This record gives sequence, C-alpha cells and structure tokens, in this order.
Amino acid sequence: MDQIKVEIDGSEFTAPAGSTILEIARANGVYIPTLCYDPRLTPYGACRLCLVEVEGARALLPSCYARAEDGMKIQTTNEKLERIRKTLVELLVSDHPMECMGCEKSGRCELQELAQRYDITESGYAGEKHEYIEFSENPFVTRDYNKCIMCGRCIRICREVQGVGVYDFVNRGFEAVPGTPFERPMQETPCEFCGQCISTCPTGAIKARPYEGDGRVAARDILRNACAYFHMSEEEMTKALGLEEWKVRTTCAYCGCGCQLDLHVIDNRIVEVTSPLMEGAGQGNLCVKGRFGYDFVGSRERLTRPLIRKGKKFVETDWDTALDLVAKKLGGTKKKSGADSIAVLASARITNEENYLIQKFARAGIGTNNVDHCARL
Amino acid sequence: MTNTIDDLETAGAILVIGSNTTEAHPIIGLRIKKAVMRNDCRLIVAEPKHIRLCYYADRWLQHKPGTDVALLNGLMNVIIEEDLYDHEFVAERTEGFEELAELVKEYTPEKVSGITGVAADDIREAARTFAAADNAAICYAMGITQHTTGTDNVVSVANLSMLTGNVGRPGTGVNPLRGQNNVQGACDVGALPNVYTGYQSVTDPDIRKKFEEAWGVALPGKPGLTATEMMDAAAKGDIKAMYIVGENPMLSDPNLKHAGEALEKLDFLVVQDIFLTETAELADVILPSASFAEKEGTFTNTDRRVQRVRKAVESPGEAKPDAWIVSEISKRMGYEMPSLEPAEVMDEIAQVTPQYGGISHARLDEGVTIHWPCPDSESPGTPILHTKYFTRGKGWFCPVPYVEPAERPDEEYPLVLTTGRVLWQYHTGTMTRKSEGINELDPHGKVWISPADAERYGVENGVTAVVSTRRGDIEIEAMVTPRIQEGVIFVPFHYAESPANVLTNNVVDPVSKVPEYKVSAAKVKPA
Repeated sequence: MDQIKVEIDGSEFTAPAGSTILEIARANGVYIPTLCYDPRLTPYGACRLCLVEVEGARALLPSCYARAEDGMKIQTTNEKLERIRKTLVELLVSDHPMECMGCEKSGRCELQELAQRYDITESGYAGEKHEYIEFSENPFVTRDYNKCIMCGRCIRICREVQGVGVYDFVNRGFEAVPGTPFERPMQETPCEFCGQCISTCPTGAIKARPYEGDGRVAARDILRNACAYFHMSEEEMTKALGLEEWKVRTTCAYCGCGCQLDLHVIDNRIVEVTSPLMEGAGQGNLCVKGRFGYDFVGSRERLTRPLIRKGKKFVETDWDTALDLVAKKLGGTKKKSGADSIAVLASARITNEENYLIQKFARAGIGTNNVDHCARL
Repeated sequence: MTNTIDDLETAGAILVIGSNTTEAHPIIGLRIKKAVMRNDCRLIVAEPKHIRLCYYADRWLQHKPGTDVALLNGLMNVIIEEDLYDHEFVAERTEGFEELAELVKEYTPEKVSGITGVAADDIREAARTFAAADNAAICYAMGITQHTTGTDNVVSVANLSMLTGNVGRPGTGVNPLRGQNNVQGACDVGALPNVYTGYQSVTDPDIRKKFEEAWGVALPGKPGLTATEMMDAAAKGDIKAMYIVGENPMLSDPNLKHAGEALEKLDFLVVQDIFLTETAELADVILPSASFAEKEGTFTNTDRRVQRVRKAVESPGEAKPDAWIVSEISKRMGYEMPSLEPAEVMDEIAQVTPQYGGISHARLDEGVTIHWPCPDSESPGTPILHTKYFTRGKGWFCPVPYVEPAERPDEEYPLVLTTGRVLWQYHTGTMTRKSEGINELDPHGKVWISPADAERYGVENGVTAVVSTRRGDIEIEAMVTPRIQEGVIFVPFHYAESPANVLTNNVVDPVSKVPEYKVSAAKVKPA
C-alpha cells in the first residue's frame, strides 16, 4: 500500500494512503476530540468537534471525514479550534440534564469528559430543555432522550453494522430524536437486542437495562477520580488498592465466533459485559447472548455441592465421598467388564486444558478410547 | 475454517449454505453483512428457510432439505459447462478433475431443479456469480453436516471451492462455522475416539508409543466409540458406565427416547455440570463444576484462534474446575496425573501436539493473535491454510453422487422436519434459559409451518400443535410463516418443554457418525 507523510502539530507521521486525518492522529496518540465518531462506522461529520486546521485549506476540516494527503500540514489544536470546540460542547450541554451524579454513564460519558476538559459546569446558553420520559419497555435497552446529543451513532451502528435499522431520526428540529418506527416498543421492531447501540452511545441516552444500579456508578466514579488524581491507570489503581479486578478480559462462552469479552466485576458478581473495540472476531460488537446472557453464572440454580442419588432423590455430600464413589464404581466396572465398557463424554464448552486432561484420563487412567464430545450434535 | 473471520470481509462472493449465520453465529453474520453492504460482495444463500441473510443476498436458492449434493453438483455442472472454472488451479493443485467433470455432467440445472426445487436459471446465475469473483468463500454449518450424507456434502463444498480456485488466499476457502465456543478446541486436544491431540491417530503404533512415553502408561490401540455409538452400545448393555462432563445428551441427542433408555440402562452414570441438566437428572452422582468465568484456560474458536479464558469470579459453594475434578478421580483410580496449573497443562499439550507447539498462556497473555498450526514459539501461527499445497499434497476431487436422505416423507408422515437454532438460545439452553431477559423475549419454542401446510393440517398461528414422527411427538406453538417452504417444518432444539430431538432420527452419516437432524419425516395436527 502507498504510504503518505503528513505533519500533525509539528511532528511528521507516515500512514497508508487513504487514511483520514483522525485515523492518523489516533494511531499516533494525538488527541482530537470527537462525539459522533466510532471506528466501526463510516465517518459522519456531524459533531464538528474534530475540526482541524489544514495549511492552505479554505475552511476548517472535519478530521473524521477528511482524507489526509501527502505533505499536508495539520494543526489539531490552537486557540480558535479550542474556542469552537468549547462553544460546541456548551451548546450540547445547554440541553443536557446536569445530573451526572445519578447517571449510569458517569465516568465513561464522552460528553462529560469534554465538559470537564473545557471546564464547563453549566452552559451559558439558557434555553428550552427537553423533558422526555424514559423508555424501558423491554428487558435490555433503556432510552433516555433527555441525554441524547443527536450524534446518530445508534442509528448508524444499527444500520451499518447490524444491518437492521431499528432507529431513525423522527420528528423535526428541536423535537427530533432517534426513535423507533411509529414509536413502537423495541420488541415490536426487528430489533435483535445485540446492544450495539448501547456500546456506541457516547452519553447515558441508551443504556443496558440489566446493568442499571448495582452501586456500580459510585464505585466507578470514585475509582476514576482517584485515577485522575494520582495519574494512574485503572489497572494500576485497582492493583494498588488491592481491589478486585475491575474488568477481566476473556473469551465468550457461547458460539464458535470467539468474541473477546470484558467481564466487569464487583463483589464477585458480573455486573456488565462489554467487548473491546476493534479487537477479536467481534471488533467490539456482541450478540444478545454475549452481551446479556451471562446471568447464568450467578444463578441461584447453580450446583454447589456434589450430589448422590438415593432412590429417586439426590442428597448432598462432600467431595471426598462423591469422588471415592465415582472412582470405586468406574474402577469396579473396569475390573468386571473391561475398560471399553466405560465411556467418557468431554465437552465443547470447557477449556482446552480440561478437555486434554479428560481424554488423558479416559485413555491413560481408564484405558479406553471411548471418549468423545458433542461436536456432531 | 481454512480462512479467518476477518478475511471474509474481503471476499468478492460468499456462498452461505446450511448456515443460519445471523442467528447461530451472529458476529460472523455481521462480517458477511459488512462485506455485502460496504465492500460490494455478492452473497448467495442456499437454505431451505428464509433467513435474515436472504435480505442481503444477490440470490437465495431455496433448496429442499437434504438435496445439498445435487445443488452443489448442479453449480459445478454450470461452471464446467460454461468453462468458468480455474484452469490453472485445477491443473497445478488438484487431481481427479476428469472424474468430477464426468459425474457432474449429468447434474444439469434442469435435472437439479427437479431434485432441489430451485429454478434452473437461479442455479446458472448463482454459479456464474460465484465463479466470476476473484475471491469467493464458502461458509457452512450444521445444515451441511447433519445429514446421513454429511460427509458427501462437505466433500462437494470442497470440490466447488477447488474447482473455482478459491483456496489459500484471503477471502476464499472452505469455512465450516463451528457451533460451540470450544468445539474446535475439544477436537484439537483429542476429545475424539479415534485420535489423540492434533488429530494423531490412536491406531498408529509410532504415535501411540509417543503418547505412552509422555503419559507413562500403556495405551489402547483400538479406536473408541463416538457419542452416538456410545448411546447405542449403552442401550445394548455393552457400555455399563458413563462419565459425562458439560454435555446434555438428554436434549441434544437424536431420538431422545432411545437416549433416555440407553442412559437408564447404565449401571453407573456420573454427570459433571454447572446446572442440574436433563441428563444430570438421570445420574447416580452429580459433580458441581466451575463455569467459564471461574477458571483459567483457553478456548479455540472456529477460525482456529486460540484465546484465553480468565477467572473473573469465584465459583458458588463448593463447585470446582473440571480439571481438578478429573484429576482427583484419576488419582483415586490409581493413575495420578501431575497437579498442574492450566498454563502448565497447555505446555504439556504443546509438547505432544505439533499444531499447538508454539502456543503458551504467556504468549497469549502478551496479546499475540495465534491461529493454529503454530509449530514453535517463533511461529506467528497460520491464519490461512493450504496456501501452497494441501495436507495430502494435491487436492483430490472426489466425485459424489446425490443420495436421498434416510427418511423421506410418505403418506403417513408427509412433511420434512428440519431442526436448528434461534438467535436467542444456545444449544440445550442450559445457560441461556437461565437468563431472565432472554426468556422474556423468547419464552418458548415454535414450529415454523407454511401457510399452505397450516391450512391443510388445520394448524393455527399462535396455537399449540402436535408434531409427530416415527420416534415420538411433542406439543409446541405453531408459527405460520411464509419464511418456510411448503412441505417443510422447522423446530428449534433448545427447549426442554418441546424437545425437538424427541422427533429426530438417530441414523448417522457412515463416516462422520453425525446424526441426520436436518431431515425427518413428520406430521402435524392441532393439539
């Protein structure tokens, strides 16, 4: 691929031809604020926060949209750009509930981050404010249009990535919101409840309903603030404080796609599931099972003690008794009828390491090749 | 998969056959949609029922269940007749072309149309689209394999791929989409009756010797029984004890009455699981195990990518990781396996498994992406297989004639029953059916039936119907929909209260031993 050279804020960078200015900046750790940008989506150019000044250009360019050209000289920050950005954020904040304390998204909200950056505690633009009711008519997605900033990311991800198109802008002007067809509840639309809209929403407008509450908000805020104060990463901070892991990167336990998951854990409970952006099979996207299907881990119906059948009932027992019985029965069967009278089913759901040990046990421990799993079923 | 999930996006054409991708592999479904919507990929869907991917397809070939070989032979007939095949690839990398050409000659679009129900011109156009693409991939799933002709189906898919030279480059390949999180890995590490890890045959004396040395014990040389054969042997009394880990044959096996009788007949059954499954209810001993979120290890996904599983929470009560449980049982039976951490077990796997030779937890924890084969610690892995030659050297075209499914509709059972998955649930529902929200959106199973059949058999939308086959019958809500063709009904297999596998036929493919879940003769009536 052809390479181009550009100068950003005085430093020279090389990038593949066809890259946008924003892509080059992000790849090289140069900060440009955005609100309507998500690497999973085609550029949209709506929020104008990513405007940059390009030498010789007639106007400021949205860096998410503008392709870099060889030899371009780009300024990502200067007094004029910062003034524009601050004004844009102030305008957004003017119709945004300033109730971050009670907002689930606090600490991860892109608007909050920018307001902090530009030191905006209240908007200087007094005007009409929306007062929508919250929609939570389905088990998974809550919509609070009071917090919507009209970036269109939910509309676009549903259309461009999921290919479904549950949302579109409805109404006009000040009343416009990303709504469902005829304001129907989401389960009456073709919604697949993948939650991609939740994963892309920059504010608290679209939230994962099962993960609301949980005291997580407070914990996250405190941790975030502490991190900022001590200039530490979340990981360093959780380690330093001896807290539980904040999130644990793992692999989804559902189908064979193998999406990467971050399990967010508080008090030994999975309180939220997200997927790292642009990594693994999913690239940050999940399906309904991967995003919402993990309450089984903490289910009260989990088996917690070994059980032994007594007639038609099961009675609880301790591990030693159960394991001794299993070893005695399998051993006895082997002695009486031969190793090949025993069969072992390993599992397509447990780890490689465990499957390895189970087939080793069947072959070396029992002495039979009667080991299989449900690959065929 | 011979290729990766990532490179599906670069395909110029994709044939999806026997895979309801957006429901069973939603994230791979996204990649296929992206290829179509953003990269002008041309999609051909071959599937008996209307699936969501049909909305994105250039052409939907709605063939009858069980006629895949005929359809694929028909596509190849057109490609050879119209001289659209890849001469260079066929000449340099394959053998047996003449025999293939000879066989597919008789599968004219018109003849194939008669067998499959797909219009002859659709077959022609689909063949042209597929052959015209610079890079064309084929994705398939259980719709191809779960037939008595499953092996034939897979061979035909491979034939089409080789004929058009679509092997060994990005955006091409034969891509089976594996249905479960670690079904690929379980096969890779030897949870199969005929091979040790890395598909090394148990009947090869040299290989057996290698494992005997590694494990310090004499090993049996006779291949074992497959899961379906185990059930038959248990029913006959030849298998007397079973140890079942994390599987639920009492919902997933074909012909559940037969499976139930087989398990009831055992002298001793031990089931190790996270929930009291339908299978565990028949057990003599139940051992509580740790879920994926409670232990360390790796899963291998459908594109052979080995990825870490990490502990996030503690197990409830006294539940233990499967590795601990099996090691304890083994020790008590007199074979003590060294007590190892999961990372050390992976090192042992790497030592005896050429494909995993360079894989370790340490490497994966550095964030390296590894698709096996990865022979040593320097190897970056192998995202695309067969780039220069096939495992056997040249690719062999194995001509396959069309054979009918084992059970055909007749006067008594006039419909074809096919089974599969829906988006909301996973396999036997052990996990998803414990999820409150999911079950609010998808509370129970439904049988899909065409409007014409619904009228003919007096079945109403939203009302309970009885579906019967020679094996048994179930009660299930009817969903009358034009998305299924006349003469065919579909029942998802996740639901214990309407278990599709009461109905399915426990006949298997002679080579792969996969049961014919996709075709049974059935009838319906109002409840």
